[in-house]
Amino acid sequence: MKKIVLVFTLFSAACLLVVAQTKKPAKKTIDTPAASIERGNGIYQRECLSCHQADGGGVPHMNPPLAGSSDVVGVDKKKIIGIVLHGMTDRIPLDDEYYSNNMASHAYLTNQQIADVLSFVRNSFGNKATVVTEAEVAVVRGGKKK
Amino acid sequence: MKTITLKLHLALVKNNLMIKRIIFSIAVTTVSFIGKATSINNNDTTINAGLKLPNGFVAIKAANNIGQARHIAISSNGIVYVKSGKSINGKATFVLKRIDNSGSLSVVNSFDNKGGTGIAVKNGYLYTSTNNDIFRYKLNQNNEIIDTNAVEKIVEGLINRGEHNTKSIVLDNDGNIYVNIGAYSNSCQEKDRVKGSKGMSPCPILDSAGGIWMFKADKLNQTYKDGIRYATGLRNIVGLDWNQQTNSLFVMQHGRDQLFQNWPQYFDSAQGAELPAECMYELHKGSNCGWPYIYYNHLIHKKIVAPEYGGDGKIEGGKEYQEPVMVFPGHLAPNALLFYTGNQFPDKYKNGAFIAFHGSWNRAPLPQAGYMVAFVPFIKGKPTGEWEVFADGFSGKEVVTSTRGAAHRPCGLAQGPDGSLYVTDDSKGTIYKISYTGNK
Repeated sequence: MKKIVLVFTLFSAACLLVVAQTKKPAKKTIDTPAASIERGNGIYQRECLSCHQADGGGVPHMNPPLAGSSDVVGVDKKKIIGIVLHGMTDRIPLDDEYYSNNMASHAYLTNQQIADVLSFVRNSFGNKATVVTEAEVAVVRGGKKK
Repeated sequence: MKTITLKLHLALVKNNLMIKRIIFSIAVTTVSFIGKATSINNNDTTINAGLKLPNGFVAIKAANNIGQARHIAISSNGIVYVKSGKSINGKATFVLKRIDNSGSLSVVNSFDNKGGTGIAVKNGYLYTSTNNDIFRYKLNQNNEIIDTNAVEKIVEGLINRGEHNTKSIVLDNDGNIYVNIGAYSNSCQEKDRVKGSKGMSPCPILDSAGGIWMFKADKLNQTYKDGIRYATGLRNIVGLDWNQQTNSLFVMQHGRDQLFQNWPQYFDSAQGAELPAECMYELHKGSNCGWPYIYYNHLIHKKIVAPEYGGDGKIEGGKEYQEPVMVFPGHLAPNALLFYTGNQFPDKYKNGAFIAFHGSWNRAPLPQAGYMVAFVPFIKGKPTGEWEVFADGFSGKEVVTSTRGAAHRPCGLAQGPDGSLYVTDDSKGTIYKISYTGNK
């Protein structure tokens, strides 16, 4: 009798375990634009805010604004992906203004991080545009992923 | 509390003027509170043009919208010359004259199609600079430009690679002109502003930038080979002035950025906001102030080896480099220096130095700072060691978190023939006039 009870208990426990396992949803990374933008906010604070400022307005004559920037919200995302990857030292007008400081390369960020921070700036400071994806960054960086 | 009440009562009894002052203060506070609630922009009816000044001083906006007003020079008979950072409808130098007794200025002429910062009036000439060249225009006996088309180029081809490219100028009493050639780099890293990038050793920038160059004030078409590197190891000098008392050149250096962002293993964000010092130097031929190899920590009064050159925020170095004569908190951005030689202000201001602090950007995530005019008293040609905020409130805000949020940013300083102090703002092109009307 005790043996049967023991076996039954063990079997029940095993069943419960199995049930418990299947009750937990499978851990699947469902990314959303909102999630990407949220992560991008944290990256912006760490990597970009010191120069482009908390309001995304930049510094007059030195660091260009991201707020209202035609490049930032542009349909062609390759340019801004390239700027984050390679930095910028060209002396070209941005929306008819010149900015004197150099921007450092941020190639040490992952493709996902670059996608996140660009999604954030394209949807903050009054900007509204589509998000940037990891795949889009990978293409510009020149990786194997397409 | 009782003691305070008693003292106040005694003061009231003693001095009727005090009552008037107290009522006035309450009125001012009320007006400014209302002003903050209902309007954002300063206008000419705001008390003292929105500035906070010491007792006895008043301010007006003598002019508005003078381009991107950078530096300002005033002739002995009160003609005001302003250089704009950007040309407006093809004009970047503006000539202004007084139009009434209030001190308001009106533009009487404009010319010069390329923006810049430097401007000076000396020995019958107006000198101006772009980010590459230095020009001059002959003046008549009334200090008016004889012919704005008869421009002489006296220096050309100064290096301009974007960063720190403005070319402030000042002249001495011996026919020389001094020009800032700012370093086209933050800290002479192999990769500019990149986290952890080492400094280039020796720093190759110093051969043609990162210092003050001296040229002849009356020779045409000079290039580097005609000039002398007067002083080196200076990252970027926007504010400089010739001290007539000591007959020497004083400069204000813009200290390097991003100690925290580029070297977080050695500095936290608070240290990055406070350091390094903005330094005042008295220069002579051959002066070397140590950029990029060291920076100055004003909290402990030491020259510290830059992290780009093996420093860790603690290792001291640079014994061979010059000491600053005065130091200020980091990133305030000193854009003008002016030794006051007038008689209008109280005696303590005579031969002392006014500094226009443009205001910071690299202090984030801490609040920004600066956006004010400071005063440094001098005795016998040396700073006393103290300094004070002289004119504040240019930003229009109690706290500036982002640089673009500052309404006005002090950029240039000049002294009028009556001893008034003029301050330019390159954000809105405002020219402030500050005068002393109190008892002397």
